[in-house]
Amino acid sequence: MSDIAERVKKIVVEHLGVDAEKVTDNANFIDDLGADSLDTVELVMAFEEEFGVEIPDDAAETIVTVGDAIKFLEKNASA
Amino acid sequence: MFDLSGRKALVTGATGGIGGAIARALHAQGAEVALSGTRREALDALAGELGGRTHVVPANLSDKEAVEGLVPAAEAAMGGLDILVNNAGITRDNLFMRMKDEEWEAVVAVNLTASFRLMRAAVKTMMRRRYGRIVSIGSVVGTTGNPGQGNYAASKAGLVGMSKALAAEVASRNITVNCVAPGFIESPMTDALNDKQRESILANVPAGRLGTGRDVAAAVLYLASEEAGYVTGATLHVNGGMAMI
Ligand SMILES: NC(=O)c1ccc[n+]([C@@H]2O[C@H](COP(=O)([O-])OP(=O)(O)OC[C@H]3O[C@@H](n4cnc5c(N)ncnc54)[C@H](OP(=O)(O)O)[C@@H]3O)[C@@H](O)[C@H]2O)c1
Repeated sequence: MSDIAERVKKIVVEHLGVDAEKVTDNANFIDDLGADSLDTVELVMAFEEEFGVEIPDDAAETIVTVGDAIKFLEKNASA
Repeated sequence: MFDLSGRKALVTGATGGIGGAIARALHAQGAEVALSGTRREALDALAGELGGRTHVVPANLSDKEAVEGLVPAAEAAMGGLDILVNNAGITRDNLFMRMKDEEWEAVVAVNLTASFRLMRAAVKTMMRRRYGRIVSIGSVVGTTGNPGQGNYAASKAGLVGMSKALAAEVASRNITVNCVAPGFIESPMTDALNDKQRESILANVPAGRLGTGRDVAAAVLYLASEEAGYVTGATLHVNGGMAMI
């Protein structure tokens, strides 16, 4: 697992309080991990902070699974 | 009750009559207070009077950039933000048919749009901290209307709707969003009234007196306290019974 993937999953586990084994690449934040719409906004804010990137609203809308977040951040993260 | 020790509060319009009373009340309960307004000397004077636990963060709320810098400045000064009080407000009265666009826009910009931007910034940091108290100062006029104040009444009613929408969004994060709606409050403006004018106003106030900044501040203090955690989306009217709504 890439370093970015690991950090993303850690944030998701901490933030949503779910078991690490549930946080697979295909896991959908809302349907599989029980996030509400506010949680998804907070996750995006947490990713922005952790990786020092800005995630614009239109990009944020396409991040619906853990894998989406990892892919976006692997492409755009500065650190 | 209502101990605010360790809480960090930003108060806009702290140079005004009501805002000064609010800042004093929060400070007296132990809060650290960031004082905002446009008049730096007046802010410095208030900070000097209060002593420790105060910061001066001037900002012109008609200026988008200044508004956007205010919450970050307060956070940087205090190391966080638990309480936001949107108190700054202006009037530009005119009869509806004569009201100019500029009069409308000036009032909406300071009373409503600046409050929106401050709340948007504040709620981000409050979400992270899982705690927040937002209180906006409306007016009885936002509910009852008042001739010559179409712009002002709209801005104050707007604060109420906006606060309810945000309250619903963030209630699960232990953040409350409420309004305090004063009636007639003593101010330099009301001091200038003659006896007859004063009498005719008081005829409509069952309490038989004008309100004071302290009356308003006490309501703000309650809503800003931990104890008021189950009160959200509410408007607390402080008007001596002038309008029982
Ligand atoms: N007094 C009443 O009877 C009454 C009744 C109902 C509601 N209210 C509401 O209570 C609040 C306080 O009123 P008040 O009687 O204390 O009024 P005030 O004495 O005139 O104070 C108004 C405050 O707003 C600030 N302000 C105005 N324009 C601003 C701008 N562009 N940028 C930043 N700050 C600005 C002023 O700061 P600077 O002077 O430093 O610019 C001042 O501190 C207002 O929202 C008002 O609508 C008052």
